[in-house]
Amino acid sequence: MIFRHTDLTRTTKTVPRLIKFEEELDLGFGEEIAAKAYGQKLLSCIQCGTCSATCPLSHYMDFTPRRVIAMVREGFRDEALSTTTIWLCASCYSCTTQCPRNIHITDVMYTLKREAILRGRYPKRYPIPVLARNFFQGVFRTGRNSEARLIIKLYLQTNPLDALRQAVVGMKLFLMGRMSLRQDRIRKIDQLQALLNAVDSGNGKKGGAGK
Amino acid sequence: MRYLYYPGCSAATTGKAYEKSLLAIFRALSLSMDELEDWNCCGATSYMAIDETKAFALAARNLALAEEQGRSSGSGHEIVAPCSACFLVLTKTNQYLRDYPEVRSRIVQALDAAGLTYHGTVTVRHPLDVIVNDIGLERIEKRVTRRLKGMKVACYYGCQMVRPFKTFDHAFYPTSMDRLVKALGADPVDWPLKTRCCGGTLTGTIPEAGLRLNRLLIKDAVKRKADMILTCCPLCQFNLECYQDQIAREYQEKIHCPILYFTQLIGMAFGLGDDELGMSLLFQPPTRFLGKQKGEAAHV
Amino acid sequence: MSKSNGNRPARIGFYVCHCGHNISGTVDVAAVARYAQALPHVVVSREYKYMCSDPGQERIAQDIREHALNRIVVASCSPLLHEHTFRTAVEKGGLNPFFFQMVNIRENVSWVNESPEEATEKAMDLARAAVHRVAFHKALEPKRVPILPDVLVVGGGIAGIHAALTLANAGRKVVLVEREPTIGGHMAMFDKTFPTLDCAACILTPKMSQVKNHPNITLWTYSEVSKVEGYVGNYTITVRRKPRYISEKLCVGCMECIEACIYKEGKFPDEFNAGLSRRKPIYIPFPQATPQVVVIDPQTCIEFKTGKCKKSCLEKCDRDAIDFSQKEVVEEIRVGTVILATGYKTFDAGRLPHYGYGKYDNVYTSLEVERLVNASGPTGGELILRDGRRPKTVGIIHCVGSRDRNTNRWCSRTCCMYSLKLAHLLKEHTDAEVYNFYIDIRAAGKSYEEFYDKLLEENVHFIRGRVAEVTDWTARPSEEGKLVIRVEDTMIGVVRRIPVDMVVLAVGMEPQFDAQEVRRLFNISCSTEGFFLERHPKLAPVDTFTDGVFIAGACQGPKDIPDSVAQAGAAASQALVLIDSGSIELEPNTAYLVEEDCSGCKSCLTICPYHAISHDEARKKASINEALCKGCGTCTATCPSGAIRQNLFEDEEIYSEIRGLLTPMPAEAQGGESC
Repeated sequence: MIFRHTDLTRTTKTVPRLIKFEEELDLGFGEEIAAKAYGQKLLSCIQCGTCSATCPLSHYMDFTPRRVIAMVREGFRDEALSTTTIWLCASCYSCTTQCPRNIHITDVMYTLKREAILRGRYPKRYPIPVLARNFFQGVFRTGRNSEARLIIKLYLQTNPLDALRQAVVGMKLFLMGRMSLRQDRIRKIDQLQALLNAVDSGNGKKGGAGK
Repeated sequence: MRYLYYPGCSAATTGKAYEKSLLAIFRALSLSMDELEDWNCCGATSYMAIDETKAFALAARNLALAEEQGRSSGSGHEIVAPCSACFLVLTKTNQYLRDYPEVRSRIVQALDAAGLTYHGTVTVRHPLDVIVNDIGLERIEKRVTRRLKGMKVACYYGCQMVRPFKTFDHAFYPTSMDRLVKALGADPVDWPLKTRCCGGTLTGTIPEAGLRLNRLLIKDAVKRKADMILTCCPLCQFNLECYQDQIAREYQEKIHCPILYFTQLIGMAFGLGDDELGMSLLFQPPTRFLGKQKGEAAHV
Repeated sequence: MSKSNGNRPARIGFYVCHCGHNISGTVDVAAVARYAQALPHVVVSREYKYMCSDPGQERIAQDIREHALNRIVVASCSPLLHEHTFRTAVEKGGLNPFFFQMVNIRENVSWVNESPEEATEKAMDLARAAVHRVAFHKALEPKRVPILPDVLVVGGGIAGIHAALTLANAGRKVVLVEREPTIGGHMAMFDKTFPTLDCAACILTPKMSQVKNHPNITLWTYSEVSKVEGYVGNYTITVRRKPRYISEKLCVGCMECIEACIYKEGKFPDEFNAGLSRRKPIYIPFPQATPQVVVIDPQTCIEFKTGKCKKSCLEKCDRDAIDFSQKEVVEEIRVGTVILATGYKTFDAGRLPHYGYGKYDNVYTSLEVERLVNASGPTGGELILRDGRRPKTVGIIHCVGSRDRNTNRWCSRTCCMYSLKLAHLLKEHTDAEVYNFYIDIRAAGKSYEEFYDKLLEENVHFIRGRVAEVTDWTARPSEEGKLVIRVEDTMIGVVRRIPVDMVVLAVGMEPQFDAQEVRRLFNISCSTEGFFLERHPKLAPVDTFTDGVFIAGACQGPKDIPDSVAQAGAAASQALVLIDSGSIELEPNTAYLVEEDCSGCKSCLTICPYHAISHDEARKKASINEALCKGCGTCTATCPSGAIRQNLFEDEEIYSEIRGLLTPMPAEAQGGESC
C-alpha cells in the first residue's frame, strides 16, 4: 500500500485525530527559513511538484519535498522538522536546478537539517544526523576526514548489527589498501580551529565542535 | 599549464586509484600539478548539515591557502578538485562568498582571526573540465596509442559535478565525458541515468534506499550493453563498485559491472601500465579489456 | 422528372468530396460518384479530396463551361461552412448561383454513422434527393438593403464606453443608452486594477468625460431601450428616458440641493458603495458621475411619498433645475447597427449560507471590499469593519458562485486576479495576515502570473482547498471573537481551522438579471448559462445570429477589463464594416406573396416571429417585408390559400426532393455491398 494507514487492529478504541489549529503554527517560519536558505524565493513556491518528481529519493520520504515546502511556507514548523525528507536529501541538487521558481531547495533542506539538530528534533539513533555530527567533530580535531573511522563509529552508534553486514566489504578494502585506520592530520590544526571558533564567536557562541 | 591540486580526503584511501591514474595521465600530458600544502577537509555535505558558516569557513581556508600558494609559487589561480563533492563545496563557497555579502563578511572575519585572507581570485576546476576544455580532445586523441575499439562505456557524471552550478556542462544532459570516450576510440552508450544520484552517503546510512539507487544505475547500464561504467568522483565509484555483492545478495540477482574512473580509461588508451593506473585497486578490474589491450599491445 | 430551366433539359454536375478522411473514412465516395453518374440528367459525376479547395472549385466552373451544365450538386460538409463557396464557384462558371444544391454527407452521414455500408447508402439517398430537387431550382437575385450609419450602444460600462468612443472617433453618430443615472458601470466602483495596480477611476473617468463631451455621442443615462423594430441596417429603437426630476440642461452638479434635503444624513443604501454607506433621496452617485447631474429617487423622496415635503432642495437651487413634475420621455431613433454591452451582475453570496454572508457582519463580498479600500469609499479608504475593528487576519475565499454545479458551473475568470489584487491592497492597508483559499489559480493574462508570483513573495498565504464553512463556532480560546474558516489544506494534506477577522467572498460573474428580456428585445440568443451567445465562439466572437447586432464585454461571458475593451473595439469595428459597406446583401430564401391568391385573412400576420408581414388595408392583402423575413417558412405553411411561397423552398422543389428520396435505389448502382 502506498499510503500510511492506521493500524486498525491496534486502534479499535481510539482513532487518530488530524486537524491543525492556527495557534499551533509558527507563521514566521517560512520567512525565517527563506532568509536562512538564501532564498526569499521559497515563498514563491507554486506547488508544482517538480522537486518531488525529479528527486531520486522522494519515494522513500514520508513527505515529498513539495509538501515540506508547503509546510514550511504555512508555518508547520514541527511537522516539517520531523520529516524523514530532510534527512534523506542526498544533495543531488536536481530539484534546485529544475525548480521553475528558482528556489534553492537543497539549501532549504540543509537549513531544515540544521534547525532540526538545533532543536533536537531527530531520532537519536537515526544514522544520518549521527554521521554528520561525527564527521563534523572528526574534522574539527584533525582537519581531515578518515572514512574508515567515520563509518565504524557510525555503525557502532546506530546499528552494530549492520556493521557485520558491511564487514566483508570493509575487510576487502583494508586488504587492498583502500581503507586505513590511519588518521591524517593537517599541520596547522590550530589555525583551522581558530577559524572555526571565530565563526562561533562571530555568532556569539562559545567555541568547540559545534555541540 | 600549471594547476594546483586539491586531493580531498578519499584520495589516500577509497579513491586511491583515482589519484594514481589522474596524476599518471597528467604526467603523460606533461602537465604540472602542485598539491595544495596543508589542505583540510572540504566539509562535504555533512558539515553543511550542521553549521553552514563553518562549512563555508572550512572550504574558504583551502581557497585562501590556494590563493597564497598560487601567488608565491607561480602555480596559478586554478585548483583542480577531482572529487565531485569537494569540487561542489569549493565552487559553492567561492560563489556564495561572491554573491552573498552576509556570508562574505562572516567568513572574512573568521579567516582574519586565523591569520588568513582570501580575495576571491581562485577558480575551482574539475579534472574532466581541464582535460576536455583546457587540453582539448584533439590533443588527447593524438596522444592515444591504443584506441579502445569496440568498448562500450556508460559515462556516469553523478550530481555534484554538474549541479547546481553547471560550470562546464549541462546539469542533466552533460556530454563532456561521452565526447572524451569517443576520442579514446570507445563507444559511449546513450544513458538517461548519467546524472541520476548514486545516493551519496545514504548507501551507508539508509541502505534500503542507497543500495536501490545504485542497483538501478548498474542494471540499466548493463541493459544498455555497457562494458563498464565510467565515474568522475570517488564516492560515486565506491558506491557503484563496492556494494555489488551486497546488492546481489539482497536482491537475489546477478549484478556485475566494472566501475572505472575516467582517468583510468584515458590511461589505458595512452598505453600506461595497469599498476600506474591503480587497476589492482578495483574490486572488478575490466580484465577482458586489460587482456585484450595487452594482447593488442603485443601485436603492435 | 420535369425540367424547369426554361425549355432546356437539366444537365447536372455532381461532385462528392472526401474531406480528407472525414467523409471518405466512412463513406465509399467512389461508389457514390458512380451511383450519381447513373442518375437521370447527371452529365458529370466526380469525387475529389477537397472540393472547397481552389482546384475543386475550378473543376466545377470548368465543367459548367465544357459540359454546358446548368445545375450543380455538391455532396460535402455543412452548408453553413461552404454553401457560399460553392455558389461563388457556380457563378464563376457562368450560372446563377442558386442553380445549386448542397448535400451534407459529413455532419449528417460520415460523422454519425459507424457502418460504412449504411453511411454509403445514406449518402446515395441524399444525393438522389438533391439531384431530383436541383432540377427545379430557379434563378434568384439577392436583395441589397442600405445600412443606416448611426449606431446604438446599450450599456455605459467600460465596454459600452469604449465601443461608443471608437465609433464616434471614426466619425459615426452614436447614441449611448445607460440604465443607471451615470455611466461607468462596475469599473467605476473598483479601487485599483490588476495587475498594474493603476487606479480604476484614474483611467476610467477621462473616458467618461470624453463620452459626455464628444460631439458624435448622444448620451442618455437613466434610460432603457423598450422596443426594437426593423432589421439589419434599418432599426427603429424606442428608448424610455426615466424622469430624474432634475433638468439635465440646467443642473451643474453643485450638489447644494443635496445639502439642503430635509434628511440631514443619508438614510438609504448607497448603490454605488455597494450598500456600505447611506445616501439621501436626492443624490449624485459619485463625485465623477457622468453626467454630473443630480437625481431624485421617487421611491424614497418624501415629496413623492406623501406630497408634504417642504422641498428645501427646490428653494436652494438657484438654477431652477429641480422639477417634480418631470415625466418619462419616450424617444425614437433610427440606427443601422446595435452594440450590446449590458454587462453582468455579481453572484448573490447569500445563496451560500455556509459562508455567512448577511449573517456575520465581517463577511464581505469582493465588490464591497473594492469600495471599502477606496479612498472615496464609505470609510475614506480606511479599512474599518462593520463592527468598527481593523482586521489583523483576512481570509479571501475564491470561486464563490463559480465552478460549482450547485450554483454556476463556469469559471468567472476574473476572481483569481481580483482576489490577488485585494490581497495585496488589504495587506498594504492593514499589514494583516491574508489567506487565499483557492481551487486553482488562474492567472492566464499578460503579466498576471508575474503578479501572482509577486503576491507569493509578499508572503500572502495560498491554501489550496475549497472552504467548507465560515462559522463563529469556536473550538479554542484563540478562536474567540473570530470567524473560523474550515478548509482542507490539500497541499499539506491536513484539515485546518483558520480564525480570521474578515472574510472576503470572491463572488463570480452572472448574466444581468434582465439578460433574457434584452435577448428577446434584440432577437438574439443566450447560451445555456444565460450570457449572450456569439455567432461563433472562435471566428465570430462579437457577432450574434441577428445581423447588425453585436455584443461586447461581460454580457457575452465573464471578462476582465482588458478583454472587455478589446471586445468592445472589435464590436465597433464589426459595426463599421457594415456601415462602410453601405448596404448588405440578404439571403433570397424569403417568403413572397402571390397576390391574386391572397384572401386577406390575416392569419399570417400574428404567426410571423419577425413581424415581417403587415396588412395592406387599401388592397386588403398581406404585404411581406423581405428585408425582415428570415425564411423560417411558418407563414408559408400557415397560409390557408397557399398564397405565400418561399424562394428555395418552392412546393415543387420540396416535393421533388421527397420523391427523389423515396424512389427506390436501382440494385446495380449499390456497388454490390448490401441490399
